[in-house]
Amino acid sequence: MDLRKKKRKVLLMGKSGSGKSSMRSIIFSNYVAKDVRRLGATIDVEHSHVKFMGNLTLNLWDCGGQDAFMETYLASQRGNIFSDVAVLIYVFDIESREVERDLDTYNAIINALKEYSPNAHVFCLVHKLDLIQAEHRQRIYDERSAMIRSRSEHFSIDTFGSSIWDQSLYKAWAGIVHKLIPNLTVIERFLHAFAKRVDAEEVILFERSTFLTVTSVSSEIGDMNPIYDRHERLSNIMKAFKHCAARNTHTTPASAGFVVMHTKTPQFNVFLGRFTDNTYIFLVVPPGEAAYNCAVLNTMLAREGFTKAAATGHGDGFPLPTVESPDGTNGAHD
Amino acid sequence: MLQGTSQFLPEQVQAKNGQLSTSKPQDAKPRLMLMGLRRSGKSSIASVVFHKMPPNETLFLESTTRIQKDSIHSFMDFQVWDFPGQLEYLEPSFDLENIFGSLGALVWVIDAQDDYLDSVARLNRTILTVQQYYPNINIEVFIHKVDGLSDEYRTDTFQDIVQLISDELSDAGYENAPVHYYLTSIYDYSVFEAFSKVIQKLIPNLSTLENLINTLANNCGFEKTYLFDVLSKIYIASDTRPVDMSCYEMCSDYIDVIVDISELYSWDHPDRKPKGEQNQEAESHVVLHDETMIHLMEMNKYLCLVSVIRNPESKSKKGLIDMNCRTFQEALNDVFSRSWEQEQEQV
Repeated sequence: MDLRKKKRKVLLMGKSGSGKSSMRSIIFSNYVAKDVRRLGATIDVEHSHVKFMGNLTLNLWDCGGQDAFMETYLASQRGNIFSDVAVLIYVFDIESREVERDLDTYNAIINALKEYSPNAHVFCLVHKLDLIQAEHRQRIYDERSAMIRSRSEHFSIDTFGSSIWDQSLYKAWAGIVHKLIPNLTVIERFLHAFAKRVDAEEVILFERSTFLTVTSVSSEIGDMNPIYDRHERLSNIMKAFKHCAARNTHTTPASAGFVVMHTKTPQFNVFLGRFTDNTYIFLVVPPGEAAYNCAVLNTMLAREGFTKAAATGHGDGFPLPTVESPDGTNGAHD
Repeated sequence: MLQGTSQFLPEQVQAKNGQLSTSKPQDAKPRLMLMGLRRSGKSSIASVVFHKMPPNETLFLESTTRIQKDSIHSFMDFQVWDFPGQLEYLEPSFDLENIFGSLGALVWVIDAQDDYLDSVARLNRTILTVQQYYPNINIEVFIHKVDGLSDEYRTDTFQDIVQLISDELSDAGYENAPVHYYLTSIYDYSVFEAFSKVIQKLIPNLSTLENLINTLANNCGFEKTYLFDVLSKIYIASDTRPVDMSCYEMCSDYIDVIVDISELYSWDHPDRKPKGEQNQEAESHVVLHDETMIHLMEMNKYLCLVSVIRNPESKSKKGLIDMNCRTFQEALNDVFSRSWEQEQEQV
């Protein structure tokens, strides 16, 4: 199979009104949370193609969740819907009053999936967590996840709690996307080596239009950062600013973006820049003007090497530092 | 110490210097008084501007039953007094001297979505009283909650209210009373903009500051420059070019970005060591998709300078811009040093 042109079928399912289209619009279509009110009910299946990381295209099937639709998916359209599925994302509404019935439907879907695509990944999102009081959130989420797991047949599923009103949505989707990227280990090996060379505390790769974390590596010191949800918070912060920039430069959020961002503070320095066509690199290094400038320069050089190697198809488009031809590029300025 | 403090009060209040020196030092801080009928949005404004409350959460604020006094410690210390709407402060039993004695500005909030005649009548009575005894008090009228009004209706309301008040004032013989009007809403940036204007009038060195900023902006080719109070995101001075809402919004949001990112990465650990020399003040800039550059530089604990740069020639001279901003920083800190703190250090 050609790894460089990969199309993955992603099913987005769940009961009507559980928030499937809302989260899809926020993550992929640059909606802000309060605008999703305007969305109507999804009729039948809405297909969309989301280009993600160049060689990965998500073929997103947003399946309307009203009972009548659900029945057709499970009956007449069964083969059409459930074959060749790479990922099933099933959304549960935490406020639902018919938990048992939801789980029965879920179980029926899982059985259909087992029949046609037994190797699919399954992600379950327990959605609208913001509606639960903060102190009960973890407990209710844990209970619900356990119930979902018990009805998932042989699939090993991942569950996330999410809400469109905070960064948890980014966490859930970053987790999903993380599983989909074909040559992730190669990218991660590259980033590890790179982070070490430039002495970075943390290197994060963000997808360009969604600002989802593709992957990240951190040094031993960077790992000690007490804020665990910093990646999704960053996604949230940067995306909010992108919306602001779009609003005030009279353009659409889709075409807005950043060329480069430098930040120097007494505790840390941050560089954000375009890395590949579809990614931003976010580099956290300790303070020190000279060291920071070197790190930025090295990032630029690494990027050149990265694109060059990608063009020749070297290592699936993601060169390893060891096989990179001008090897000195990464370390030359240390 | 008192002398140092009074130096930083607006000029008009200095006329009452004799009274100031008899009062306690903390009373000498400029005071912003939020007044208006009940449910007009006074506490919401105070919470959104000074306590960073998200606007939609103000729905849950309880009604204020006694005067809420808030001390704001920033580039300049001042107090915000939030008055309950039902308080009859004009009754003789109230000590007017205590309320208006040492004061910067009276902010009157009118709910533009409601019938405002009552509020205007009450405001007129207040202005007349205040004008009579304390003629140097700035009266700032916030025509509030305009987010719910159409553009046309907004202008009509504005003109109507201005007319009602100025008629009453000129009837009473006050021709040039210091009354200013603003259209505000907590759901956009207008309330910050209005508060910025209110506070700017209380800054004694405003014209010096503006001159400094103008010089800097002209020499560096900045399109617009704001000097922000980081905490409240009120701007205390800007260059004198016309205010462009979109520039303000981007600058203000960019401060948020930097503050939020700093929150994520400013943790302390003995193993986290710097790798070399660096300025103690934060500096940041971002280049957007349309080549607009936003440049931010921390000036001191409270203030930061944010500029929008569109001129391509200026952008290429980033080093020069940084240097100019540093020079500005020195000048600013000279002009604006909190002299009473220095005096305390000397003692």
